[in-house]
Amino acid sequence: MRYEMRFSGSGGQGVILASVIVAEAAVAEGMNAVQSQAYGPEARGGLCRAETVLSREQIWYTKVSRPDFLLALTQDSLDRYARTLAEGAVVIADAGLTLPAGADPSRTLLLPILATARDKVGRIMTANIVAVGAINRALGLVSDEALREGVRRHIPSGTEEMNWKALAAGAELVSDEDAARLRRTAD
Amino acid sequence: MERKRVLMQGNEACVEGAIAAGMRFYAGYPITPSTEIAELCALRLPQVGGRFIQMEDELASMAAVLGASATGVKAMTATSGPGFSLKQENIGYGCMAEIPCVIVDVQRSGPSTGLPTSPSQGDYMQARWGTHGDHPVIALSPSSVLETYKLIVRAFNLSEKYRTPVIFLMDEIVGHMREGVELPDPNDLIINKRHISYHDGANKQCYYVPEGKYVPAMKPFGQGERYNITGLAHDVSGFPTNDPAVAEALYTRLMEKIDRNLDDIIRTEQVFMDDADTAVVCFGGTARAAMSAVLQAREAGMKVGMFRPITVWPFPEKQLRERLPGLKRILTVEHNYGQMVLEVRRVAEGKVPVDFLGRLDGTVISPDDILGALRRTEV
Repeated sequence: MRYEMRFSGSGGQGVILASVIVAEAAVAEGMNAVQSQAYGPEARGGLCRAETVLSREQIWYTKVSRPDFLLALTQDSLDRYARTLAEGAVVIADAGLTLPAGADPSRTLLLPILATARDKVGRIMTANIVAVGAINRALGLVSDEALREGVRRHIPSGTEEMNWKALAAGAELVSDEDAARLRRTAD
Repeated sequence: MERKRVLMQGNEACVEGAIAAGMRFYAGYPITPSTEIAELCALRLPQVGGRFIQMEDELASMAAVLGASATGVKAMTATSGPGFSLKQENIGYGCMAEIPCVIVDVQRSGPSTGLPTSPSQGDYMQARWGTHGDHPVIALSPSSVLETYKLIVRAFNLSEKYRTPVIFLMDEIVGHMREGVELPDPNDLIINKRHISYHDGANKQCYYVPEGKYVPAMKPFGQGERYNITGLAHDVSGFPTNDPAVAEALYTRLMEKIDRNLDDIIRTEQVFMDDADTAVVCFGGTARAAMSAVLQAREAGMKVGMFRPITVWPFPEKQLRERLPGLKRILTVEHNYGQMVLEVRRVAEGKVPVDFLGRLDGTVISPDDILGALRRTEV
């Protein structure tokens, strides 16, 4: 079974890296993963989306057409990508955003990802790591160790503590009830 | 040594494969979506005793690659459409002077700066006819991260064996995707060493071709005796000539070294072709959607197969021709306005009808698009 994940936001928010970390952790756990991205020519700003496909089987088509999971960090990206969700898809969006028609509120978590990165972790640029922590808590995709290892490979040395804090803070945003309700792994 | 599965990007696999193949010189001018290749070469080449240089532009980087290779070092450059255009003149110089090298083109939407971050396969014909004049071309195109690693090794091998520039025709789909891969042990790879001659025997001519061979052994430029390298038609001494007989012999040899070794050069991937009545023909990253579509079509009871040139130039004419008797229809799928389909039609002319599905908007053709096209004209 393919499990299609889309990570979206504004260029510079680190959604591509978030998708890479999830893919890397999944590969470390023996799954097949293909990661790709689409963005404009801007270095910062502009709609940015990244995609990770997970499967126990060989993955041929590399792109996401009907995501089973959507992360949206901006209203733009939420509005655009909430239109093409698969049935039963889980959406995690930043708390400040308005859920568009078409997204199922019972399958959606509006979490203060940006605020947590800024106020609790102390660096807004850790928002993508906060998001990764929340995503894995909600979906139960990979082990905590695999996720940490995925993060560790992509951060400058000396920033480990801040990133572990971001991962933990992200996980704390998802309640046990929400996690039990939404949890689903790519089988 | 234990091999580990890692998540790797296509561009990254290109660099690691090139290094495994013996590439020790890279000159380039970074351009999306090939930039990671330059970045990684800058990091990795010094670690293996190689050299990286960012030149002032693509013309100069192609010249630097030719110069480095002439001195005896396996050399590579990488670019995308606009830069590929700029490299063309010097690629022709490499064809004429028979300087092995690998030119990676990670295709993006053109013409001009086009859609810089979007996938395309619009350089297929440019890979063949980009430089002027009749010239030999080998172009290979990978469809996965693992294949990128293995095929770039083959690109270097063919380049050394036939003393000719080899175009490594990637696209944004494969260059920018990351996949879990287990790379082969570099010790298990077949690596063609450069066939070097120091001309210390009876034949001191630098372009002397022994009986039964297609290419002269190469003498590292700047080591030992002097010789001449030129883009002009030349005789065995390497110096220019206008003698029609000498020129004809040179041009004929340049073309025949490829044309007479097609079985050695051409590789295809053919899936479910034995009983297929319909073939999806595609290359590079497009094959990923095509394979999904072919599998779904099979599940629906349609006899569809996939024919994928891995060697995209020379076009696998014989291999496709062999498949024609069983086919009722060919659907060629490309991320362009119809380029390889011209080759497919040339081969299938009068035998099998050829349809085309293409795209220019910068998005990726999906399996549903291909299935739709397969169903639309199903008899």
